[in-house]
Formats: sequence, C-alpha cells, structure tokens
Amino acid sequence: MKPNWRPGRWLIILPPLIFLLVFFLIPFAFAFKISFAEAIPHVPPFSDVISFTPDHHLQLAIHFGNYKYLLTDEVYGVAYLYSLRTAFFSTLICLAIGYPMAYAIARSPKSSQNLLLLIIMLPFWTSFLLRVYALEGIIRDNGFLNTLLLHAGVIQQPLHIMHTGVAVYIGIIYSYLPFMVLPLFATLEKLDPTLLEAAGDLGSTPPRAFLDVTLPLSIPGVIAGSMLVFIPAVGEFVIPSLLGGPNNLMIGRVLWDEFFGNHDWPVAAAVAIAFLLLLAGPIALYQYYNVRQIEG
Amino acid sequence: MEQRPSAFLQTVLFSGIALLYLPILVLIAYSFNASPLVNVWSGFSTRWYTALLHNRQMLESALLSLEVAVAASTGAVILGTLASVALVRFARFRGRLLLTGMVNAPLVMPEIITGITQLLLFVSMVQLIGWPHRGFTTIVISHITFCTAYVTVTVQSRLAAADRSLEEAAMDLGASPARAFMEVTLPIIAPAIISSWLLCFTLSLDDLVISSFVAGPGASTLPMVIYSKVKLGVSPDVNALASVIVCAVGACVLAAGYLMVRSDRRRALEMQLAAKGG
Repeated sequence: MKPNWRPGRWLIILPPLIFLLVFFLIPFAFAFKISFAEAIPHVPPFSDVISFTPDHHLQLAIHFGNYKYLLTDEVYGVAYLYSLRTAFFSTLICLAIGYPMAYAIARSPKSSQNLLLLIIMLPFWTSFLLRVYALEGIIRDNGFLNTLLLHAGVIQQPLHIMHTGVAVYIGIIYSYLPFMVLPLFATLEKLDPTLLEAAGDLGSTPPRAFLDVTLPLSIPGVIAGSMLVFIPAVGEFVIPSLLGGPNNLMIGRVLWDEFFGNHDWPVAAAVAIAFLLLLAGPIALYQYYNVRQIEG
Repeated sequence: MEQRPSAFLQTVLFSGIALLYLPILVLIAYSFNASPLVNVWSGFSTRWYTALLHNRQMLESALLSLEVAVAASTGAVILGTLASVALVRFARFRGRLLLTGMVNAPLVMPEIITGITQLLLFVSMVQLIGWPHRGFTTIVISHITFCTAYVTVTVQSRLAAADRSLEEAAMDLGASPARAFMEVTLPIIAPAIISSWLLCFTLSLDDLVISSFVAGPGASTLPMVIYSKVKLGVSPDVNALASVIVCAVGACVLAAGYLMVRSDRRRALEMQLAAKGG
C-alpha cells in the first residue's frame, strides 16, 4: 500500500517553504531595491525607490549612484581582490592540511571514526567568536607561541603576527579546517578499497595508486570542502576585524564599516548585492555537488 | 577503506587536532591567572569568575541570548523537521527545488550578507505593516532562518536512512499516515531532532554578525557585548566567561553526539536481534 499523504502534504511543505521564502529569499529583493535608493537623514535612512504619486501613479526613483561609487572608489575593488586572494590561499592551505587528516580518519578502524569526527567538529560548535579571541592568546607578541619560541632560543625577538595578514590567514585556517575535513572524509570513506588493491595488483606503487585512483575519486569532496571554506572566508568579518590590522580590509569589514560607521545603508546594500553576484558562481557549484551527493 | 593509516597520516591527524584545541586550552589556563596582566602569571585564582557574577551588563545580555537561543532552536527544529519530511518523503512537489536551495544556501551564505538583507527586510516590513520591531523578535526570526538549515541537513539524512517498511506495516495494521509517522518514524528520528536542537542552541548562542545587524539599538546579545570588549584587547573576565561558555557548549555537543551514537548502536543491535529472531 502506498502511503497516502496527499491531504496533509501542504501542511508539511508550506510552513518551512513560506518561512524561508519570506525571511531568506525575499530579503534579497529588498536589498536589491534599496541598493538603488539614496541615503537620506531620515528613519529609515534611505529614500523610497518605488512610491505612488498622489494621483495613484507608480513612481520609480532609481539611483545608480551607489554602484557608480563602488566602481570609482578604490577601497571596494581593493577589498574585493584582497578578500578573494585571502580566501583562495586559505582554502588551499586548509586542503593541504585537511586532506591527510580526512584520509587518516577514513583509514582508521570504524569504531574510532565517529569519535575522531566528533573531536574534529567539537571546536566548530564551540563559539566561533571566542575561538578567534583565543587565538589572540597564542599569536600576540607576548603570547604562548612567542614565549615558547623565545624560551627555546629559536628566536631572539618576538614574532610580530597580530594585526598582520598572516594573523588573518592563521585565523581563517584555524576556524574553517573542520569544514574541509568533513566532506573530504565523507567521500574518502565511500571509496572502495578493492580499487586500490586492483591498482596494486596491476603494478601501481601506493603513491601512484593514490594519484590515479584515490585523488580523482575524491574530487567531489575536494570541491564541497573547498567551497565550504572559500565562500564564508571571502565574507569573513570577525577574523580580519579582531586579528587583522588596518591594511587587512576584507569586504565583510568594509560592509560593516559602511553600515555601522557611515550609516550609509544604500551603499552597504549595493556592496552586499555586488558581493553576492561575485559569489553566485561558487555557491551554485557547491549546491550542484551537494544536491548530487544527497540524491546519490 | 580499512587499512591502518600510515605513520605520516597519523602524525598529521593528531597534530591537526592538537592545533584545534591548543588555543582553547591556553585560554582556559589564562582565565585562572590572578594577575590582570595577560603576560604575567601570578598564581591560581578564581577572581575573574566572581567578577563575572557581578557584571550586570553581561548577565543581562547572557539572559537575552539564552532566551533567543531557546526560542530560535525550538522554532528551527519544527520547521527543519517539516522541511526534511517534505524533502525525503515527497518525491515531487511544486517548489521542491526552491526548498532544497533555500535549505542549503544559508549554510554557505556569508553571515554579513544574510544579516544586512534581513535587516533591510525588517525595516521595510515595519514601514509596510508595522511589524516586527527590532529586538528579540527579529533576532529570533533571523536565527531560525540559519538554524533551520542545520536541522534539515541533520534530520534529512537520518530520515532517509529510516526503514520505510516499518511505517508501511503500521499503516497496513490500520494506522493513518500521520499516526504511523508519529508513532513509528518520529521515535526513530528523535535523537537527530534532539541533537540538532542542541546544535542550534549553541549556534544561536554564538552568533555575532547577524544579531548585530538585526538587533537594533536597544538589544545586545552576549556575543555583541563580548565583541565590543574584545575589540579593546584581551581582558581577563572575558577569558573566564569564554571558559564557562566553551565548557558548557562542549558538554551540549558531546551530549548531542552521544545521543546520535547511542541510537545508532541500539538500532544496529535491534536489527541483529530481529534478523536472528526472524
């Protein structure tokens, strides 16, 4: 007997669908609209884009100034490029560290895999803000790392890491590493070990078998993990704000300052929309691999 | 793949894990430092923990954060469970692709974009219909949005693994689909629901960026207070607070993980028994 859900179906589908539509998707439409508004000293601080004249005619007051400003003011271009570059290299380093970690977990006995995964994920669930703050205790001039190295005699002068680009890299890699390990583990775990045996029987050395068999088959995990690190890292605000210096302007920080510092909501909306367009490609790529993985 | 990982792999794995935990351990150690200077160790003390109890601003914001977290994770668990039932059980319906996309997108969307777009929505809604005013309500709505994504992902995989035939058997014995779901499937996915509630609770308690945008001038959550303090530099009472939060949240996550693992084991055992008995 086929279960008959028909009558109640929409009672189940509609609540999450409507909620996410109203509070996740439609906000983008409003942000898009407001990105064409003008900042005015008013509550709320932007002009009406769509309004009705007294004789009930629809009136559009579209203002392209915010986007023109994004293109002409150097800060935005520099911040976009800096964010992309930082996120790209952080992702590569996460991949270099995360791949062997995921591979090691996938090769561990089944009984200890869950425990290892939990250990990797535990820091992710415990406060992001506080972990970034905790990192400061390690890398600041009189922090744990410098104290250790000075005592060991490795260095004579404390390393100056805080408030530099290096601190931002360390922060991103440290915070997002678990996101890389998890999807990589998910694909590596499914890998059929007999394939490697077959490669061995046919004369492949283990490194060769890794390059020819394991690596190509783990590409979906590599892409999913990389996107999970890259996309949020481009928009990262907390890490550059707490660990970076004044030169480490990432786009999230510029957006935050535009909003909370200059109170220019329309420009902030335009930055967000431009930023989203920039990320549309990576997000689509992630969704594609994600859906494929879920649907099998 | 079950071969022993090589020595190289094991070294990378364990140094990676050590690096993940080192900052947290150092932070906890500093929180017991009697000296207010961060680079001088002048003996063991719990004075920063007592100072916390007398900090009104922190206690008030902590209370607000806890209320938000309870409301948001409860709302998210309800919506997320409904969404996962829809996605797993209903193969085709109008809006399926839309729902899949909207459930997964918040997982990767930079918080700063979600925060600003939601604020602009709330402000526009107030202009149009006079609701919702910024504060508790808007923070809860925003948190429900991103938490629903995590609930759906967790519950979805558990529901997909649940044995459909049990529910069908219940219906053959005369139960309505709703009753069969409530009495057969819900208990199976309950551990996933409880653990995703706990995870949402910790995510909501931790959120800084989205809350800062949608909270409005009146309300400050705990992360917002912590951020403004931390921005000024390292402070010993934040160390103490951070240690309390990290340990409490760690306990929540371990409980969630334990629930999931235990229910897996129990299910595996029941399957074995059933196979033997049959």
